[in-house]
Amino acid sequence: MQNNSSKNTREPLFHIAKRNAMVWWKAWLIRGASIIASLVVCAIIIVSLTRQNPLEVYGAMVKGSFGTSRKFWAMLQSLSILLCISLAVTPAFKMKFWNLGAEGQVLFGGLCSMVLMFMVGDRIPNALLIIAMLAASILGGIIWGLLPAVFKAKWGTNESLFTLMMNYIAIQLVSFAIMVWVPSGSSVMGLVNSGTRAGWLPDLFGQKYLINILIVAVLTVIMFIYLKYSKHGYEISVVGESENTARYIGIDVKKVIIRTMVLSGAICGLSGFLLVSGTNHTISKELAGGNGFTAIMVSWLAKFNPIMMVLTSLLVVFLQRGAGEIATKFSLNTSLADILTGIIIFFIIGSEFFINYKIMRTNSGKEGK
Amino acid sequence: MKKILAILMALALVLGLAACGSKTLADEPENGSESTPAAADYADLKIGLICLHDENSTYDNNFILALKEVQAELGLSDDQVLIKTNIPEDDNCLTTAEELVDEGCNIIFADSFGHETYIMQAAQENPDVQFCHATGTHAHNAGIPNFHNAFASIYEGRFLAGVVAGMKVKEMIDSGKITADKAKIGYVGAFPYAEVKSGYTSFFLGVRYIVPEATMEVTFTNSWFDIALEREAALKLINNGCVLISQHADSEGAPKACEEKGIPNVAYNINTASIGPNTALVSSRINWAPYYKLAIEAVSKGESFDADWTGTIATGSVELLEVNEAVAAEGTDEKLEEVKGKIESGEIHVYDISTFTYKGETLDSYQADVIDDGTFQGDTEAVSDGYFHESEYRSAPYFDVDIDGITIL
Repeated sequence: MQNNSSKNTREPLFHIAKRNAMVWWKAWLIRGASIIASLVVCAIIIVSLTRQNPLEVYGAMVKGSFGTSRKFWAMLQSLSILLCISLAVTPAFKMKFWNLGAEGQVLFGGLCSMVLMFMVGDRIPNALLIIAMLAASILGGIIWGLLPAVFKAKWGTNESLFTLMMNYIAIQLVSFAIMVWVPSGSSVMGLVNSGTRAGWLPDLFGQKYLINILIVAVLTVIMFIYLKYSKHGYEISVVGESENTARYIGIDVKKVIIRTMVLSGAICGLSGFLLVSGTNHTISKELAGGNGFTAIMVSWLAKFNPIMMVLTSLLVVFLQRGAGEIATKFSLNTSLADILTGIIIFFIIGSEFFINYKIMRTNSGKEGK
Repeated sequence: MKKILAILMALALVLGLAACGSKTLADEPENGSESTPAAADYADLKIGLICLHDENSTYDNNFILALKEVQAELGLSDDQVLIKTNIPEDDNCLTTAEELVDEGCNIIFADSFGHETYIMQAAQENPDVQFCHATGTHAHNAGIPNFHNAFASIYEGRFLAGVVAGMKVKEMIDSGKITADKAKIGYVGAFPYAEVKSGYTSFFLGVRYIVPEATMEVTFTNSWFDIALEREAALKLINNGCVLISQHADSEGAPKACEEKGIPNVAYNINTASIGPNTALVSSRINWAPYYKLAIEAVSKGESFDADWTGTIATGSVELLEVNEAVAAEGTDEKLEEVKGKIESGEIHVYDISTFTYKGETLDSYQADVIDDGTFQGDTEAVSDGYFHESEYRSAPYFDVDIDGITIL
């Protein structure tokens, strides 16, 4: 390269160009093909690493979510929590506000619920307690989401770092609370109020997760309408596309940022409530279990469409549950399932690239290779 | 451009996710399914095991290997032993237990302290299935007939490991490598509660049995499995001048750090000689096989078994894995046999109150929190006949005294 022949600047053999909008069936054909391709690659890995029949492994993965009605309900439960957190981060990300703090917002929301459940659990009527817990969680989530938003709006601080650091504060607060509540030092709360079930969301039609699932289902529809048809939703997309445009057409960008993060935090807080009151009845540092980050992927994969998010979160939960199933069935380490999950998601994301772009031969010379 | 950014973001997330779950692929367990016609007794038997982590955790691996050993011994097929790994201490534990019941398990084991309340609930909802929870504190007075706890008098094993460590420290002093006032050892603990405190105190008393001047520094990681944290903790202790390290946390972080720095290490639950050929000294281990067998046989015969069971050296539950001759001091084996004999005969009690002090005074009375009722108040006098009676009033440890000579960082 150091020699002076400017004629020799090499042009790449291929270049990438944006496609025009693709007809829908072609797009889905590409998506379908990519999933099949990913399953083939996974099959090669399964056979070469474990000598198991890949079809049996896939069958076991399906059983992990659909094998029994209990597994199906557990899958729906995991799905509803992941979906709820994904719904929470969506308005922020659509606004290009990089909220990496969902984990902390969920955790702090959950902690607020647990404070009430643990401290006044047996002193006030259960219905009142649950409502108070719900309110506390939502408020907690709002506070945790609002702080970085205010700093961003007023002083232009970096929201990714800010929200990320808020996660650690929430984790430490939970550790501290557990240390105070469990003086033995084991850091294990265990089931709280297991005798009285105070602060536990009740079973509905004999299904303990049904309330969680219904709440999230309703929320999904509301969020879809909010983003697509409301003025707020429109403002969010304009701010996301270009803050200058937003300002030009008279949108109060600061207000939109703060309002949207209040919403995002509130739904994260709600997720925390569903986890503490409706699911685990305990709290630990691992309450959100990484879902605060997984939700970002779920949201992006669905292109911020709440209805599509049902599918993308189903995909993630399906793969997670399948992972556990094959680990048990074939005595494999769950890491294998993580590898398969990575490959499948990689192909799905890759397919979006081929739907949006095409790769073209560069016409530099005539010499066809 | 934005789309590319989006794709990159998503990619980064995927990779991040993969990294989060980054555990090296464990060796494939051999498919030891010699489907010998199972002894008629065990044909209808199905066993479940719920583990907090997987084979990469020394603690969980210890449970898994022992169960596989029992499986081979009893001639059970692979379909009869279901192992669920990476089950957190929350509602997932309950769901997993229920799924195991759905699969037809008659007996379900769970290995982590935080699993207990979920397993108790599963036990109450499934009275026909036996639930056995290791390290738990409730079964001895919970009154749930199909709920059991088990543990082992591992403090005796740790005391013996401490003797091996003490011999090593004594060798350092005798050879002039350190002076007696520099005989400080380090300990990496997971969480500051009785199970861990009882463990490091017994280890320390074992060292003191040989080197009375020894002191110890303890640091906690507040996690059961964190390779980086455990490594850092070990390095911190080594920098502080500790001449020997032991740990009660479940990764290989600390032993590997010791091998790097050439500091002798005493492990728990695994033989670390392969990762520390020049520094691994010895390891104490709870062998769960005797308990598995006891419980499984009882279930297969339809008999009831202990609500709370403590394994001992005599039951084969407390083991000392091979002393690494390349590292250990001369005369270690003989000393070990001698002390082991004295423990078994009752001549030595690990928590003999004449061997330690608490705030400068002899601990001649202590109300231990044996009954786990959420009050965290002492309720049982544990000191009598000149020693602290560990694991006698319930299997899970309750010795949680911060004795003199141990500094908690």
